[in-house]
Amino acid sequence: MSYIIDRRLNGKHKSSVNRQRFLGRYKSHIKKAVEDAVNSRSIQDLDRGESITIPKKDIHEPVFGHGQGGKNSVVHPGNKEFDSGDRIPKPPSGGGQGGNGNASDSGEGEDDFVFQISQEEFLDFVFEDLELPNLLEKELKEITDFQVKRAGIVADGTPSKLNIIRSMRNAQARRMVMSSSSRKKLHEIEEEIAQLEEQDELLIDLQKLSQLKDLAEQLRQKIARTPFLDTYDLRYNHHIREPKPSSQAVMFCVMDVSGSMTQETKNIAKRFYILLYLFLSRSYEKIDLVFIRHHTSAKEVTEEEFFYSRETGGTIVSSALKLMESIIKERYPANAWNIYGAQASDGDNWDDDSSACKELMENKLIQHMQYYTYIEITPRDHQSLWYAFEKVEAQHSDSFAMRHITDLADIYPVFRDLFQRRQHG
Amino acid sequence: MGDSLKDHTSKKKKLLSEGADWTFEKIQIYDDAIGKLAAEYGLDTYPNQIEIISSEQMMDAYASVGMPLGYHHWSYGKQFLNVEQNYKRGRMGLAYEIVINSSPCIAYLMEENNMMMQALVIAHACYGHNSFFKGNYLFKTWTDATAIIDYLVFAKKYVQECEEKYGIEAVELTLDSCHALMNFGVDRYKRPLPLSAEEEQNRVNERESILQQQVNDLWRTIPTSLKAESEVAKHVQFPSEPQENLLYFLEKHAPLLQPWQRELIRIVRKMAQYFYPQRQTQVMNEGWATFWHYTLMNGLYDKGMVTDGFILEFLQSHTNVIAQPDFDSPYYSGINPYALGFAMYTDIKRICDNPTDEDRRWFPDLVDRPWLDVLNFAMKNFKDESFILQFLSPKLMRDFRFFGLENDEANSFVEVKEIHNDTGYRKLRERLAQQYNLSQREPNIQVQSVNIHGDRSLVLRHIMDSDRPLNDDTQEVLKHFHRLWGFDVSLESWSNDALITVYHCDNDKPEQ
Repeated sequence: MSYIIDRRLNGKHKSSVNRQRFLGRYKSHIKKAVEDAVNSRSIQDLDRGESITIPKKDIHEPVFGHGQGGKNSVVHPGNKEFDSGDRIPKPPSGGGQGGNGNASDSGEGEDDFVFQISQEEFLDFVFEDLELPNLLEKELKEITDFQVKRAGIVADGTPSKLNIIRSMRNAQARRMVMSSSSRKKLHEIEEEIAQLEEQDELLIDLQKLSQLKDLAEQLRQKIARTPFLDTYDLRYNHHIREPKPSSQAVMFCVMDVSGSMTQETKNIAKRFYILLYLFLSRSYEKIDLVFIRHHTSAKEVTEEEFFYSRETGGTIVSSALKLMESIIKERYPANAWNIYGAQASDGDNWDDDSSACKELMENKLIQHMQYYTYIEITPRDHQSLWYAFEKVEAQHSDSFAMRHITDLADIYPVFRDLFQRRQHG
Repeated sequence: MGDSLKDHTSKKKKLLSEGADWTFEKIQIYDDAIGKLAAEYGLDTYPNQIEIISSEQMMDAYASVGMPLGYHHWSYGKQFLNVEQNYKRGRMGLAYEIVINSSPCIAYLMEENNMMMQALVIAHACYGHNSFFKGNYLFKTWTDATAIIDYLVFAKKYVQECEEKYGIEAVELTLDSCHALMNFGVDRYKRPLPLSAEEEQNRVNERESILQQQVNDLWRTIPTSLKAESEVAKHVQFPSEPQENLLYFLEKHAPLLQPWQRELIRIVRKMAQYFYPQRQTQVMNEGWATFWHYTLMNGLYDKGMVTDGFILEFLQSHTNVIAQPDFDSPYYSGINPYALGFAMYTDIKRICDNPTDEDRRWFPDLVDRPWLDVLNFAMKNFKDESFILQFLSPKLMRDFRFFGLENDEANSFVEVKEIHNDTGYRKLRERLAQQYNLSQREPNIQVQSVNIHGDRSLVLRHIMDSDRPLNDDTQEVLKHFHRLWGFDVSLESWSNDALITVYHCDNDKPEQ
């Protein structure tokens, strides 16, 4: 006698705990693979999983066994031309010819161990140890937005919130209960009347019949009088207001597009923006992107234009900052939005503009910002803008950061560095 | 031919099912039919529990060595990722079945398979493997089919509790070390007590305290009397005899382990012991199951219960299962246990039924006896090594065209020692049998001595077999041993009473 059981409905992720343990154990390998991926992959498709390769020797579980050497004996099938006593010369190098039973057990191909991690896991590794600057403060400090949420059904409310289905259902139930005894009686009387009427016409007790008919009529009226809808049938939808932490962010991408910025520099900047965007998108429901490009004057543009169209001319950074300030004022009030800024430049600026930038930043912008990052992409020496911003950083170290990048490989470490989970206390 | 064809058409109404797809009703019908047939052959089985699972669940089952549940460990995760990756890339198909030596005997059927495959798996696993588990002496002696599932539950729970109490990492370290020594956690000769989850649970606490006490006793440092002690130190050799079960030795005598660590060692040891018979009976077990699925499926066909198409499809699968590529084929990966086992049981049957003169000379006590009795005797009383030594016939050696090689490191050539001819048969068979001898496949390493009155250092002794050295993992494994023992450990490789190499793992060179 056999039992047949359908197990397909049972969970299929029995191994997920063990899988997590494995990932945990080889974290450093995975991190490195992820880092390489971020650097080498085209950044647009950063948002997918990754295949991780770990050298086989690193995950090998050691056991006692026989090694190469000594006298090995083996039996093979499929003899064709050998006779006992034949001697087969060994291949000159590479040790034994792998015929040994023990050796072939463990030595099956020195492939590396390869497996996939999901997009979710990939991003977790990308952003591991990174903390959104000042996210917490914002949540606690400035709750000005409320969200109306459903909170069940209640007996009191305004007519506009009347829940018709629930009310009618209640009314019907009440009517059925209230009229049940009358209906029962009516049913009996009607049966009696029917019996009487079936009798021979001459024998009918007319008086009783009319009496019964009166009674039936009274009952019918009584049933009809049962109120169709009563106040205590009414039910209302209930809503409550819940404070809603601001879960929207705006990210300003500011970039210098003057003649001195090459396409390569822009690409580096682009990766930085996209990393930041991915990073923010893991913490906020909604993110607006504002692209501001500038040479001598600043302009809000589309993403396409931002990265790919070229213009020439000198550089006035403060124009971009001014534009940013006015956009914030118009569209992104700081009490409703988490504002992030990322500026990339090759450091060129008109000398007398740098102090204006510092002024603007310190007096008009920084207090609205969750975080502002400035990256300078240049192999050359710093110019005045860098030194001006250095002063800002010294004053506002928790919301302003700046780093120097020379080539593509720098981006990820710098990004990590910028958003490194800060040690509190 | 014409007769049998007519025969089949007239029996057509007895067909078990039509169409390739399976349903639960059909599986029931086939299981009934196969079970009835198996009973006619006298196959003695545990009750069957057939579970239908998806391919993903099959991967889960793979990762946990086929067990329906097990404690958590990263190595199973690695196993799972490996299986998953290979399966997704189409590098490997999943096995058609996994069967667990338990009572009731649990067999997994994959939902992707068609009815023919399900029937094949039922015949193979639920009646073939199942009867082997119940009949073979190794399984009878070393495992308790009724208790294993309960024990797994106990083990899983215990490991989980330890993780909560002592942290995942501490537990993992201990388990890593145990796993490294797992193959050296079996009693090869002594019969173990059967497992019982309930008893285990009851004894855990008790054992913990008693164990600790015993350990403490061994390491008692209070001097009895100075003179007496030095006297003792000179004479007492500990352990009094070399110990082959390294994990058992550690569980009982390692000085610094916590009680829960001893319990973890015990769990790994018990699992190793449970799988020990399987490792020793690959050829016999798979061969037996293959022989019976072949016999039972053909039985169904002979009774007209399945169609020609069904049996042809079956034969194709069967042929794939027992394919044995030659040694020079790119597909060659050693001797296929299904092929060798199936051939041997079939050959035994042939020797009983239609012996040749050669068989009469080689197997005088098999010829002309009822084949079923002989087959059962063979299945019950042997392991791979002795089974081959006893039953491999010259005909099979010729069929497989076996030849024996010897590769001596000292020589610049590999020598063909014997082939499938009159002078070679016996030696060739011995050589093949040795290949399945676990104690030949694994190095012989035993606990030789412990300096109980001094620095507590421990010496392991490796007796070399045919001058074969240990592999490159040795130092790593020694670190694991050292982690459990807690004091200096050395491993000596001896060959013919000469010390060849010594590996060390000392306290002042901390692990990793």
